Amino acid sequence: MSVPLGTLPRWVNFGLLPLINVAVAFALSGLVVLFIGENPIEAVKYLVAGALGDGEGIAFTLYYATNFIFTGLAVAVAFHGGLFNIGGEGQVYLGGLGVAFAALTLDRYMPWYVTAVFATAAAFAFGAAWAFIPAWLQAKRGSHIVITTIMFNFIAAALMVYLLVNVIKQPGNMSPQTRLFEEGGQLPKLGWLMQVFGLDIGAAPFNVSFLIALVAALAVWLLIWRTRFGYEIRTMGTNATAAVYAGIPYVKTVVITMLISGGLSGMMALNPVMGDAGKLQIDFPAGAGFVGIAVALMGRSHPVGIIIASILFGVLYQGGAALAFDMPNISREVIILIQGLVILFAGALEHMFRPALIVLFAPKPKSVAASSAGAA
Amino acid sequence: MIRKFIGVAFVALMATGSAWAADVKPAIVYGTGGKFDKSFNEAGFNGSEKFKAETGIDYKDFEPQNDTQGEQAIRNFAKRGFNPVVALSFAWTDAVAKVSKEFPETQFVLVDSVVDAPNVRSVVFAEDEGSYLVGVLAGLKSETKKVGFVGGMDIPLIRKFGCGYVQGAKAAGATEVFQNMTGTTGAAWNDPVRGGELAKSQIDQGADVIYAAAGATGLGVLQTAVDAGKLGIGVDSNQNHLHPGKILTSMVKRVDVAVHNAYADVKDGKFTAGTQALGLKEGGVDWALDDNNKPLVTDEMKAAVEKAKADIISGAVKVHDYMTDEKCPS
Repeated sequence: MSVPLGTLPRWVNFGLLPLINVAVAFALSGLVVLFIGENPIEAVKYLVAGALGDGEGIAFTLYYATNFIFTGLAVAVAFHGGLFNIGGEGQVYLGGLGVAFAALTLDRYMPWYVTAVFATAAAFAFGAAWAFIPAWLQAKRGSHIVITTIMFNFIAAALMVYLLVNVIKQPGNMSPQTRLFEEGGQLPKLGWLMQVFGLDIGAAPFNVSFLIALVAALAVWLLIWRTRFGYEIRTMGTNATAAVYAGIPYVKTVVITMLISGGLSGMMALNPVMGDAGKLQIDFPAGAGFVGIAVALMGRSHPVGIIIASILFGVLYQGGAALAFDMPNISREVIILIQGLVILFAGALEHMFRPALIVLFAPKPKSVAASSAGAA
Repeated sequence: MIRKFIGVAFVALMATGSAWAADVKPAIVYGTGGKFDKSFNEAGFNGSEKFKAETGIDYKDFEPQNDTQGEQAIRNFAKRGFNPVVALSFAWTDAVAKVSKEFPETQFVLVDSVVDAPNVRSVVFAEDEGSYLVGVLAGLKSETKKVGFVGGMDIPLIRKFGCGYVQGAKAAGATEVFQNMTGTTGAAWNDPVRGGELAKSQIDQGADVIYAAAGATGLGVLQTAVDAGKLGIGVDSNQNHLHPGKILTSMVKRVDVAVHNAYADVKDGKFTAGTQALGLKEGGVDWALDDNNKPLVTDEMKAAVEKAKADIISGAVKVHDYMTDEKCPS
């Protein structure tokens, strides 16, 4: 018998299935922790307490989540159009250049909210510009976007190191970085938001870009499901040939989709550059561009799913650091292993439990018509 | 007086059981390269282990995955009453500047960069001087008079290594010094395969001594040089033992001593803030001679390099420091 077909109820598809995947990933991680000779229950306690135990932990978790929301949305938008953008890392890096230009130019003259507007626009523009060439090559020349975007990550790294080391480095500083932005070039922390819930933000760099990320998530939802262009993107993603036959311009759609995707990646730079470090430095994306892929896969390319998945990865990042801090036997390599297992089960092995769940939960054939009408 | 103070501290310890009373409770935050890189970070680890072996006082360490975690870890250590807190990378400069202000009672030690604060000791090394010496050895040993340099990530610090090396090699008669950087991302510190490729290309161009200043990438550089029957030069830790008889020497940078001293000084109440510039004179950098490379170094070479060392210490030879004007004369 082949894999049973059927549509799962939404709560199973978006709730139960990811939960099972994450649970299995954690169970396996527990075995690894046991193997190292530590108590897995204890480890989970440290992880959860570190990420969600106090205001500062939660704020750190949300700080990391902010990064992943941006890059996750970027991957999702491209994915709806059938494009696999794995150039997030490079687009973020270039976005940081845009943020730094805006902040370094305006921080002495303008309040932060004026700078932020320009920085956001510049981040979007720089990220989008970095995605433009791969998009154009895909649309016009058929060069596969997976290959070109990943190559562009390396070009971005080389370009940024060149610029930081040779051009915009603050003279006399050991570390290749720009000068620190003045107050007008830094995004304020969201201490007040934490206070609403009676929590103390502590020293966490949780900042306004989290709100910008939420707005971006809403905008992506509107774009994909409520606009004509979003419909064109989805049509192209489902069947490019049919889309062209239906009169949707292929080149234009590919290029604009990728520009939006690259721009969203670029906007991530707001968080670490303007919200945390207050300077542009080497290697600031630190892999967030790649985590975005996992987040988008896990969140089923839906903004709500992406936000939830981002918070989960925020927990893994922050909780993982706390775990490595309190349990010296658990090195950062083990933390990366745990993160990898979550990605493996939530992303790559997503279909492992699906058939069983379909048998259990899919509506019986007689109600197929009703449920497929309800499915989006 | 001191006895009295210890008594007070002891009472406080009994009373609160909290962290503050611990006089020395060392903590170290490594660079993102990771603890076991057989080079810079591992030297910090070795210094910590040595202190632990000598005094029985345990320390705590942390390997950050990214820049945000570095600052977080430094702050967490300070918050939990660790003292001193050692930050082992120039990448933590701003983090130490920030956190040292928040915890004025805690002593911080920053390696490879400078923060000017009353509770921060900044330790910088004259890598240019040490690299000059191994450059002299390379220039003397080379038969082709062509030598190579493979750096890790292309950042000013590594250019400083390369610049000192070039000056030393040229002073000792090398006609050509090939220089390559492994990459532009953090991965450049941990890419032995690419390091090996770069070494191979330099060997193909005629280089017969190659100096690696590239963290774990250097292991590939040394391996390739040895496999091709050429000589390698190690860095940071003494790496002569990696391929006995095939590593000409190592440019040792005594990060281990700096870390060990930081702990010991706090323990003995001798901690001083300010900048410590450790060059040849202070024993902060040097070239390594041991049983593994003794057969490679002739008496004339030894005399020449010791003379260069004495000249640098006396000021007769001035090694140009790349960091001063970000240029290298050659």
